[in-house]
Amino acid sequence: MKTSSIVILVVIAAAIGALLMYSVDFSTYDTIGSAKEKQGQYVHLIAKLDKSKPIQYDALKDPNYLSFYAVDSLGNSTQVIYRNTKPAELEQSERVVLKGKMEGNVFECNDILLKCPSKYKDDKKQLEKTVTQY
Amino acid sequence: MTFENEHLLPGQVGHFFVLLAFVASIVSAISYFTASKTQLENEKQSWIRFARGAFFIQAFSLFAVFCCIYYICSNHYYEYLYVYKHASRELEPKYLLACIWEGQEGSFLLWALWHCALGMVLIFTAKKREAAILSIINTAQFFLILMILGLYIFNVRIGSSPFVLTRNELAGPIFSQPNYLSFIKDGIGLNPLLRNYWMVIHPPILFLGFASTIVPIAFAYSSLVSKDWGGWVKAALPWTLFSACVLGTGIMMGGKWAYESLSFGGYWAWDPVENAAFVPWLILVAGLHCMAIFNSTKNALRASYLFIILTYLFVLYSTFLTRTGILGDTSVHSFTEAGTAMNVLIGIYVVAISLPVFYLFFKNYSKIPSIQKEEDMSSREFWMFIGGLILFLSALFVISITSLPVYNKIFGTNLADPQDREFAYNKVLVLVAVIVGLLTGVSQFLRYKNTDKKYLIKKIAWPLGISVVGTGLLMIFYPVDYTQKGPGFLVAVNLALFASIFSVLANGFYLKSVLKWNLKAGGAAIAHLGFALMIGGMLISSGNKKVISDNSKTGLFIPFAKDPTGRGTENPMENLTLLKDVPTRMGKYTVTYVSDSASNEKDRTFYNLHFQKIDSVSGKVEENFVLSPDAYRMKDNNLTSNPGTKHYLTHDIFTYISTISVPDASKDTTTFKPHTLAIGDSVFYSKGYYVLNGIEKNPDNERFHFSPADTALVADITVFSNNGTSYKAYPALVIQNQELNFINDTVNAENLYLNFSGISNGNKFKINSKENDKLTEFITLKAYYFPYINLVWLGLVIMSVGFVVSLVNRVKAPRIWAYMSIGLVLMFLFYLFLLANN
Repeated sequence: MKTSSIVILVVIAAAIGALLMYSVDFSTYDTIGSAKEKQGQYVHLIAKLDKSKPIQYDALKDPNYLSFYAVDSLGNSTQVIYRNTKPAELEQSERVVLKGKMEGNVFECNDILLKCPSKYKDDKKQLEKTVTQY
Repeated sequence: MTFENEHLLPGQVGHFFVLLAFVASIVSAISYFTASKTQLENEKQSWIRFARGAFFIQAFSLFAVFCCIYYICSNHYYEYLYVYKHASRELEPKYLLACIWEGQEGSFLLWALWHCALGMVLIFTAKKREAAILSIINTAQFFLILMILGLYIFNVRIGSSPFVLTRNELAGPIFSQPNYLSFIKDGIGLNPLLRNYWMVIHPPILFLGFASTIVPIAFAYSSLVSKDWGGWVKAALPWTLFSACVLGTGIMMGGKWAYESLSFGGYWAWDPVENAAFVPWLILVAGLHCMAIFNSTKNALRASYLFIILTYLFVLYSTFLTRTGILGDTSVHSFTEAGTAMNVLIGIYVVAISLPVFYLFFKNYSKIPSIQKEEDMSSREFWMFIGGLILFLSALFVISITSLPVYNKIFGTNLADPQDREFAYNKVLVLVAVIVGLLTGVSQFLRYKNTDKKYLIKKIAWPLGISVVGTGLLMIFYPVDYTQKGPGFLVAVNLALFASIFSVLANGFYLKSVLKWNLKAGGAAIAHLGFALMIGGMLISSGNKKVISDNSKTGLFIPFAKDPTGRGTENPMENLTLLKDVPTRMGKYTVTYVSDSASNEKDRTFYNLHFQKIDSVSGKVEENFVLSPDAYRMKDNNLTSNPGTKHYLTHDIFTYISTISVPDASKDTTTFKPHTLAIGDSVFYSKGYYVLNGIEKNPDNERFHFSPADTALVADITVFSNNGTSYKAYPALVIQNQELNFINDTVNAENLYLNFSGISNGNKFKINSKENDKLTEFITLKAYYFPYINLVWLGLVIMSVGFVVSLVNRVKAPRIWAYMSIGLVLMFLFYLFLLANN
């Protein structure tokens, strides 16, 4: 066999592999409404902490159970269960990205990303707020 | 209006030097470009002299800019926005440099400074290629300085200057007062996540790696304009080695930093920012192999061009990803939105150099010589090329997943990361590890052109045999039991482990039997050995990483809320709560949260955890150590924690704090209940009772030391809890310098506070107690067991040394230089990896 054809075969095999990988398991960004329709599917929710409802967390009793309510920009709301510690700035967050699955009426969350004002010092508005606080 | 107490001079000086450097970079770029196009030797030389002058002015100016930023940051001149954003008074001086490269402007400046240093070396060493190479570097400088220029052109601000004033940038009532500076008490300071020793050393190394990738592409460009195909490879090879070495070390140093001080529990998370640096490195190494092939056989020249150009393109593409804010929610540590003008600038810079060089490459493609004859299947160059190709394809794979936010932007889709991002990468790259391990093992014994089959079989029989047996033994006695992803992945992991063991052995045998320990010629074998060792270490340490803070196994777990999904126990419960002073079982250890200690930094607290491993049979203490993970709790409740790690040669115990108890702001309102007790009397409290065993006068033990002038009475109390445990408590009464003091004692586990307030008639003692459940102090932590993590760092050091050996060998430097540079690199790495641990 000619060596160049081996090279081509390797490339083709790798390309097929890459394509296969690709088609498999990307998730999507969803609203609470669309996530409820995709029961059991792994999605990313962009939402806000619903401050009118209680946050349940007691590290003394069970450090691996957090429950709170999230509300999205369309006004839909869901309970969120996160089996991990409560992110310290949850209450201060302006926006949360929740990764997980909708199970019935509960969002079973694997990971929480918080958008917090304190983290973003390049945000001019925030700087203007903090400049006089010190 | 004039403002009070402002220091405007350093900013004006700094900005002047930015402008000077900018103009000098244009002058130098144009003069070098003209020189490279001029045929007349005299004229060429005079252009070059002129261009050099401009380059020196530029380098000096940039250095001056750096000094100005350092000066304003170290003096806390908050009239400058950059200082306000990145510096603060409480910051230790060692973090001053870190403040400078925390921001966009400072890191661009750092990059430009490295270009200057590299340019200086090239001016003296590149000879006839100087003009072409330096014109490329100056073009890059033009763009980098443009990013920090801060000039208005048609009302659009081009670049953002580090010297802009706070009062011009921010709106607020205080800025209309002349004494506004007196209202700005302190700056925001360095992000607590970055307050680490590594923040001082990792960015400069990484940026040197990024900056140095311009040298190979500049050499490639010089050959394309002078139509001297191929001649550049030999000259550029040491630079490529240098770049691969520095960039590789820089990336893994980031991994070491993540492991040492960030709390994501590992050294690599396939974060877009990590990938963005890793991808160019992979392509660079692919290019490096092609260049080595060309050097020996005249094959693979076109591929060398291609990979070197792509490397630079991807370095800038990753800059684009991390600095334009496009990664948004997908990354933990990218820069945020920098403004449209800045993004357009960065976008132009990405293509400004690589596209023209690409154009030249394709225009001359057919003229670039290539050998039509097929390589022999048994030749080293064939398999080296395959290896390079595999690296290149894996780079494409990684970048195509990392670029997801870019597709979303372009096509308006809403795709997000897969459920298990790390696994999405790992399942492909573990196969790459198998192939690369086998290739790096076998190809050392192959010869260029073709190899005698018998020779090859004879040579690899031993390493192959030993590694088969070794992997077999390992699978029996220390198996990687990473079953979470199914048997298929486990098989792949074991294959990769076998391949890396084989590669380590094969390269070792090569050094011994072929090179006869002539290490000078063995750079490639050393680097491959180190790389394989690193991969093997990664497989073992990640595969056998264990969560030891598993809450479900401690028996402490009390469900308190009704779980609406009803399947709580399926999930791993990786966080464990430790009450102060209550020993808790964690894996093989008994852990007690003993105390906390404040640090000299504001908001930072160390939590001292006492680890004990007690042999269950003999009751002997086998291990005994204290770990002090720490956390910053900022005033907005933001918690940033740094791990505490116990390093053993074979494994690490790694802990970090995930939650801490919030001290209750409301005052403790319960009061002590008085009791008058004789010795032997007992008192009940809500969870049990306690007994006064006796009173000691001026005891001298590990707990109390009194001077003879003091009078001290210590009550010896035993607390018996309803749950069967008992505790000792020693409240005391001390008369020191005619003053009466009480030393209260606390049984934290029972929330019981004891006080000894005096002596009563008839040999009775006043013992007071109170209970309060609000004051329970606790921390929640995660703890991991990382086995053989040191293999990863050792592999990295060996790989870097291999690169340096090759480099020194290629530049044919005098022996003394060679030893000196290897010694320096070793010392440097030793310093970084061992001393920085503390």
